[in-house]
Amino acid sequence: MLLECRDVRKVFGDHVILDGLTLDVAEHEVVALIGASGSGKSTLLRCVNLLAEIDDGTIHLDGEEITDPRADPDRVRQRIGLVFQSYNLFPHMTVLDNITLAPVRVHKRPLPEAKDQAMQWLDRVGLADKSGAYPDRLSGGQQQRVAIVRALVNNPRLLLLDEVTSALDPELVGEVLSMIRELKGEGMTMVLATHEMGFAKQVADRVAFLDSGRVLEQGPPEQVLGDPVEARTRQFLTRIIDAGRL
Amino acid sequence: MTYQPSTRQQERIAYRRGRAVRSVLLAAASTAVVGVGLAVGITGAPGWERVKESFFDLDTAQKYLPQILEGLWLNLKLLVVCATLALALGLLVAVLRTLRGPVFFPVRALATGYTYSFRGLPLIIVLYLFAFGIPGLRLKGTPDVLVLGAAAIIVTYGAYLAEVFRAGIESVHPSQIAAARSLGLSYRQAMRHVVLPQAVRRVAPPLLNDTVALQKDVGLISLAGPIDAIRAAQIGVAQDADFTPYIVAGVLFVLLALPLIAVTDWVTLRAARRQNAGT
Repeated sequence: MLLECRDVRKVFGDHVILDGLTLDVAEHEVVALIGASGSGKSTLLRCVNLLAEIDDGTIHLDGEEITDPRADPDRVRQRIGLVFQSYNLFPHMTVLDNITLAPVRVHKRPLPEAKDQAMQWLDRVGLADKSGAYPDRLSGGQQQRVAIVRALVNNPRLLLLDEVTSALDPELVGEVLSMIRELKGEGMTMVLATHEMGFAKQVADRVAFLDSGRVLEQGPPEQVLGDPVEARTRQFLTRIIDAGRL
Repeated sequence: MTYQPSTRQQERIAYRRGRAVRSVLLAAASTAVVGVGLAVGITGAPGWERVKESFFDLDTAQKYLPQILEGLWLNLKLLVVCATLALALGLLVAVLRTLRGPVFFPVRALATGYTYSFRGLPLIIVLYLFAFGIPGLRLKGTPDVLVLGAAAIIVTYGAYLAEVFRAGIESVHPSQIAAARSLGLSYRQAMRHVVLPQAVRRVAPPLLNDTVALQKDVGLISLAGPIDAIRAAQIGVAQDADFTPYIVAGVLFVLLALPLIAVTDWVTLRAARRQNAGT
């Protein structure tokens, strides 16, 4: 297993967000996390990336316990990419500088080499002409694609995507989703929290339904989204269908 | 076919032009009224002749201008040195105050104590303490009173600037740090490459404003002895029993501040515009 989360607990004050959550992700697997707001999807991703400290349980990456307090969080994060709902590009840097920052400063790669690699990626996602632009000149979809490239140039073992299309206008969602689909084709291991059930169905190998801080039900997308076992999952999907999102 | 404004639009344009002309005329008229009022009020005052003689005497002004200018050169040098070092000190203290973890407790406490006490202490008292107190210790290698005075200014302004920098650092959204850390950057790298550049940009207008205030406060160094523009003017005032040299020094200070104020306004305007473009 590439990622093993065992009995993970996360508490904010009196509020239990993750309540003994267990989830495994195999290499090259794409797992979609679904569930209501507050069910713990984003929190789980932040815990895996060590941006939030867990209150119990363990998380292993490549067999190494990353929640060991002696582990160096910076080294762990170098192997995990995280893409945020609100892109979080650095507004004072050009697109190119956003992408080359970590390769140059963290991975100590020579600047020309990092630039070349960044340009290749930008070319691939059709944004080469935006390399010198500042993020506020880009559409949301363009910004999010840059954010994904920024995570990918570090060659992460695992890519975490936190509601990456939720802040986008509907007509811009497609360009980001097709990029993720392409990454799946290349064998990238991904865990994505999403509200796009249709997309989860297309791209995920497995869908995990989170409820009250646990994985209540998981399995192939057709089963979980089409014929769920648990009553709570069915309730959730009914609400989604009523909202016209499936 | 080329675009031709409709008659309705032409009416609108004509009406707006009329209003514009009217407001320019109104502004000119009210300015004239205020100006004449002030002139009559001041020059008509019973003591005006005496004041004119002892504050606005051209001969005295010419006589002391060279000395005051020479003093102003010292102010200018002091301004450059003090502003640079106070900005560096302020930035350092602000960053120290953001450090987390038990190891840094003494550093954090010291930095906090410094900003609290030196923002409260009047500059004049700090100046006296540094310029007269430190030499009083009779330590070997005590620097010149000019250096001590400058140090007093730097330490006092550093405390203010530290708080401005800290406000800037805190205004950078935590998601920016999260993004930087998620890429594997260490706390230091995130600070250096992501937080500080944005923070400094945001607080550039208040920082420059404090530099304008510093520009005139370097004149207080005259209290410790060095002959700057104010001290030179004071000497002139004492010799001729005429206050004109102070006016000369005042005018020179304003002239010195003008470029700095203009830059501040320009930076502020640009920052405001950029912020509006962002939303």
